[in-house]
Amino acid sequence: MADPLALRRSVVRDSLGVGIATGLYGVSFGAVSVSSGLSVAQACALSLVMFTGASQFAFVGVVAAGGAPLSGALTALMLGTRNTLYGLKLAPLLAFRGWRRPVAAHVVIDESTAMSVTRETQGLARAGFVTTGAAVFVLWNLFTLVGAVTGNLIGDPRSYGLDAAVGGAFLALLWPRLSDPRNRVIAVCAAAVALGVVPVTAAGVPVLVAGGVALLAGVLRSPATEAAEAPRS
Amino acid sequence: MTWLAILGAGLGCYLLNLAGVSLPAKVLDHPLAQRVADLIPVALLAALVAVQVFADGTRLTVDARLAGLAAAVVALLLRAPFLLVVFAAAATAAVLRMVFPGW
Repeated sequence: MADPLALRRSVVRDSLGVGIATGLYGVSFGAVSVSSGLSVAQACALSLVMFTGASQFAFVGVVAAGGAPLSGALTALMLGTRNTLYGLKLAPLLAFRGWRRPVAAHVVIDESTAMSVTRETQGLARAGFVTTGAAVFVLWNLFTLVGAVTGNLIGDPRSYGLDAAVGGAFLALLWPRLSDPRNRVIAVCAAAVALGVVPVTAAGVPVLVAGGVALLAGVLRSPATEAAEAPRS
Repeated sequence: MTWLAILGAGLGCYLLNLAGVSLPAKVLDHPLAQRVADLIPVALLAALVAVQVFADGTRLTVDARLAGLAAAVVALLLRAPFLLVVFAAAATAAVLRMVFPGW
């Protein structure tokens, strides 16, 4: 077993890395928001209050595509439901009480969950969650403002490969879970289903539909398989 | 109207988060709920990768992002740290677009 302090440092370092990479992408959210017709204040309000990237992009995506603000809001809420599941998994692990819980709730997102849910101790889980959550929150809001104000001045975020960076980041978060063969099947199915519905649904919805694949797989898995695999857990 | 939608959806998203960390963990005691909760991040992350790399609005397309993803796979196979994986993806796409503008 590695030295606990070194382990904690490596968790904090990785979490800051995720926080910086994710937070920087706030530039593109700010820029996309104003080019979708939102004001700078509206872009910043989304990052401050909603603070869950996929929901925010889905909201501005629907508004940009000419959808009603209400349908943008519904898409954002549907995507936000996965944070509820993250919270259910995180709560016993992090065991925050009192005022810390409602504060922590605000930064339950893909990245803070991924950087804490696999940790072996409560200390490491909290270190991953708090570092990632705080870093993403500060940088995401800061860079949303930068992106919204400068708009197209900084040029296309694509020319810096920022859009490709996000795909790489999601893959890196998924990677450790792919050591389980069953997860690989789920991942391939979910990706295929999501791509299949991209042409026929609003931005943000394909990811939600893919969540349905997981639901279905969970429901369909027979109790016999469960029993056979029980010793593993 | 836009402001109402922004603040309403923002508050709603926060309440969804708060429900998750406040509901008793017993909700997950049911084996079915546990299985679903384990599989959902896998499915969502895989879908996010796919959509992030291949979707352009409601169109599917192959561009420099796929090369970026391939670079990320190589970096992951070489056990590179997270930040290097992300940087490899971005740099690959950025260089390709410098050479082939519009890709």
